[in-house]
Amino acid sequence: MNPTMTKKLLLTLLAWGIALIVFFPIFWMILTGFKTEGEAVATPPSLFFEPTLAGYHTVMARADYLKFALNSIVISFGSTLLALIVAIPAAYSMAFLPTKRTQGTLLWMLSTKMLPPVGVLMPVYLLFRDMGLLDSQLGLTIVYMLMNLPIVVWMLYTFFKDIPKDILEAGRMDGAGTVQEVLYLLLPLTLPGIASTGLLSVILSWNEAFWSLNLTTSDAAPLTAFIASFSSPEGLFWAKLSAASTLAIAPILIFGWMTQKQMVRGLTFGAVK
Amino acid sequence: MYLKHVLPLAGAATLASFAAHAETITVATVNNNDMIIMQGLTDEFEKAHPDIDLEWVVLEENVLRQRLTTDIATDGGQFDVMTVGTYEVPIWAKQDWLVELDDLPESYNEDDLIKPIRDGLSQDGSLYALPFYGESSMMYYRTDLFEKAGIEMSDQPTWDQVQDWASQINDPDNDVYGICLRGKPGWGENMAFVSTLVNTFGGRWFDEDWHPEINSPEWKEAVSFYVDLMNKYGPPGATSNGFNENQALFSSGKCGMWVDATSAAGKFYDADESQVADKLGFAPAPIAKTPKGSNWLWSWTLAIPTSSDSKDAAKTFITWATSQEYIELVGEKEGWTSVPPGTRESTYENPKYQEAAPFADFVLNAIQTADPTDSTLKPSPYIGVQTVNIPEFQSVGTQVGQMIGAALSGEQSVDAALDQAQRSVERTMRQAGYYD
Amino acid sequence: MIRPHFPTRFLQWGTPMRERTSGRTVGGFRNLFLQGPAVTLLLLWMLVPLGMTLWFSFQRYNLINPMISGFAGWDNYTYLLTDPALWTAMGNTLLLVGWVLAISVIGGTLLAVLFQQEFFGRGIARLLVIAPFFVMPTVGALVWKNMLMHPVNGVFAWLSNLLGLPVIDWFSSMPLTSIIIIVSWQWMPFALLILLTAIQSLDDDQVEAARMDGAGPLAIFWFITLPHLKRAISVVIMIEMIFLLTIFAEIFVTTSGGPGLASTNLAYFIYIRALLDFDVGGASAGGVIAIILANIVAIFLIRTVAKNLET
Repeated sequence: MNPTMTKKLLLTLLAWGIALIVFFPIFWMILTGFKTEGEAVATPPSLFFEPTLAGYHTVMARADYLKFALNSIVISFGSTLLALIVAIPAAYSMAFLPTKRTQGTLLWMLSTKMLPPVGVLMPVYLLFRDMGLLDSQLGLTIVYMLMNLPIVVWMLYTFFKDIPKDILEAGRMDGAGTVQEVLYLLLPLTLPGIASTGLLSVILSWNEAFWSLNLTTSDAAPLTAFIASFSSPEGLFWAKLSAASTLAIAPILIFGWMTQKQMVRGLTFGAVK
Repeated sequence: MYLKHVLPLAGAATLASFAAHAETITVATVNNNDMIIMQGLTDEFEKAHPDIDLEWVVLEENVLRQRLTTDIATDGGQFDVMTVGTYEVPIWAKQDWLVELDDLPESYNEDDLIKPIRDGLSQDGSLYALPFYGESSMMYYRTDLFEKAGIEMSDQPTWDQVQDWASQINDPDNDVYGICLRGKPGWGENMAFVSTLVNTFGGRWFDEDWHPEINSPEWKEAVSFYVDLMNKYGPPGATSNGFNENQALFSSGKCGMWVDATSAAGKFYDADESQVADKLGFAPAPIAKTPKGSNWLWSWTLAIPTSSDSKDAAKTFITWATSQEYIELVGEKEGWTSVPPGTRESTYENPKYQEAAPFADFVLNAIQTADPTDSTLKPSPYIGVQTVNIPEFQSVGTQVGQMIGAALSGEQSVDAALDQAQRSVERTMRQAGYYD
Repeated sequence: MIRPHFPTRFLQWGTPMRERTSGRTVGGFRNLFLQGPAVTLLLLWMLVPLGMTLWFSFQRYNLINPMISGFAGWDNYTYLLTDPALWTAMGNTLLLVGWVLAISVIGGTLLAVLFQQEFFGRGIARLLVIAPFFVMPTVGALVWKNMLMHPVNGVFAWLSNLLGLPVIDWFSSMPLTSIIIIVSWQWMPFALLILLTAIQSLDDDQVEAARMDGAGPLAIFWFITLPHLKRAISVVIMIEMIFLLTIFAEIFVTTSGGPGLASTNLAYFIYIRALLDFDVGGASAGGVIAIILANIVAIFLIRTVAKNLET
């Protein structure tokens, strides 16, 4: 065997070993979801067993999975869309019309994210109550939009800054106004970057578990709330919990896997080039 | 003007629910077994009451409590029926947060409710919540292990005996631990147990002037005993074990003894879920210096917040879910060991229940002997066996629970942990204005 | 390049590029217009709750005891600042952030180099290794707690038994470490994703040239790859730090901040005040302290990171 081949084999072994270890918790969870409760706690752990859908049946009987999933989709995509609409003009002006205050504004925006949400729960709860936003998709959409806005603005800013100034200059010479400049020049050029920013924002909204638990009850409750009703044990519960968890993460995991190429491609344009 | 349902998808969902022409009530409850059975019987209720739709919010205990308290205290109006414990009911009733239940139908038969439970939910003679299930605490043990070791269970075990027995049956190599007790921090978790232990060791939470006594000799003795017992004969990971975890451990045959809620008994007799159904023994909660306050009193109840828009429908639901008929329905559908225990004397008089549940009299007796008004050896200013029914107790119980968790895990010595707990409770009580 | 076929005067609120350097006021106006929505929204988001938080922090306000009310002065602050638990919580926050950052940046860099190499099934292996980032923190923590680290039923306990090692009771004997492991498991894939992207843009010719000059793989890594990744690493540190400072779900699900205070961070500490004690006044004071801290961190750390990003 030639040395490059040996090297490649060794690399394969090492990389796959690590990949499998990192993925093991998820694999184990998916596997446990297809066990009976008895098998789920058996020592030694059973690798080979007759798969059952009992866990899934129990979970489906107890909660309307589709309703939760639909809420998750509407809220995470809705908030991402809103965040992009608000963030694009802001990032544009920061990248192309920087002033002394730009850095400061950007840093300030990011620092708003460091406040633990629990510290402002009470005020937000009271405001939402008065505006009738409790347990509404719109309410949670707004909160997530605000929650992700700083990161979205900042990422877009780094993408925009990398656009060669002469291209815009040339466009302007041709008489393009700001709106055309943004629509016809900037957006097409930075689309991969915008897409990966959006993907990140969708993932973060999907996985957020504090606001979703506290601001919704049933109508607008997303999958994080779905999990909360299975998260504490009642007798033997490992299989049920695994089934519920698998259901909760499956959409975003598949979505993430499908879009990860896009995400990487987008990221290469901006901040991390 | 309400911004709710502006998004098209939400709009569609609302239309769908309007089409049904029924009043929807939102029921918030804990994900305990008995409540999940109740949720499973939704169809039965809706069949009997076609004008009411039930919407369930099932959460784990801590999350539920935090959601409900936030909602009720801010008048949020998100829920029509709330599942609350005996601890909250008198406090919330005093704030006028709960609907007074003074016009219950004749058929409900209030007098059938077990007295100590009913008293705990009443304020000036009227009920503010209806008990869904009630419990005290007792000791479970494995008859097979006791027989093998040649131990005779006594009518009223003492903690010294328990320690001795634990040492005899402890067999970690075969995954059998002498004794399982709660260790998960929380006022409703480890402190429920530790409070009863302290009571029977002669201690109390507060003296008559509301000064905490957490680092008193009685507390130190009780907590040292507990930590020592668990370290020697308890299962690993005891600091993460609450009621549910211990129930799972005991039913999979990993504990020799377990002192905890009487409501677990039914589940142990269910041979599908439990490996100990045929070798289960029970005894009263062990005592040390005094029998006073050695077994707790708790019930999960259904109450209606004053902020609800559908009080009548909610009342219809809670009277149904706590009625004699409901208990019979569960008995027929799920088996008599699965009925919610500890609420009605009629349950205990029912021959079918007595037959299925040999522990019935035992549990009834435990509940009836628990006296929240007199549970400490030295006089105390508060009501409650394992709780102190003041709003600050959640905070106090949580802090002390954390510290006892630290002592149990060996993070701190018992003395240091209790001293620290004492200081933090003093701070809280001073902040709350009990003294300067 | 662009030939608008309608009069564009209305749309041209901006000034041409050449004038911009001199006309800052005009640019400022345009900035205001463009950044307006984002800044206003965030200001509202920041100021309205913050304003209310500030107000509450000077009130005696306990949710479950409306009897306690009125102006509290600095009481809530003194109460909080004299609480030894606060300092423990701050220490834990820093430990948590520091360790997870270190693990995910170092681990992420090494993994990025590894997964950049050619090997069989690289595409699928990459998918597997970034998967944890997509998993809800609550779910991740639940799986680790119940199925891996559980001292009786967990896979780790079984492995230890198999190897004849003592079983580790993770959450009581090393609570903070356990949480660091779980959080790192979630965030290292994110670092890997970003760093892998960055490494792909590394100039092959430069590496080749270095190799020609006799540089070993370590030297190439140290003198070429690492400097190239500087900016990407800064991005990872910045984004992760923002999220790590407010880690909550993992602690809530696994240790509840215990045993004792061993795994209580600032976010969890405020949670105890706000939602276990229902002391809105105290929690608000905690929130204000957290905001101040966040801003100190923002100024202190992000500035240094931001400098890297400028180049």
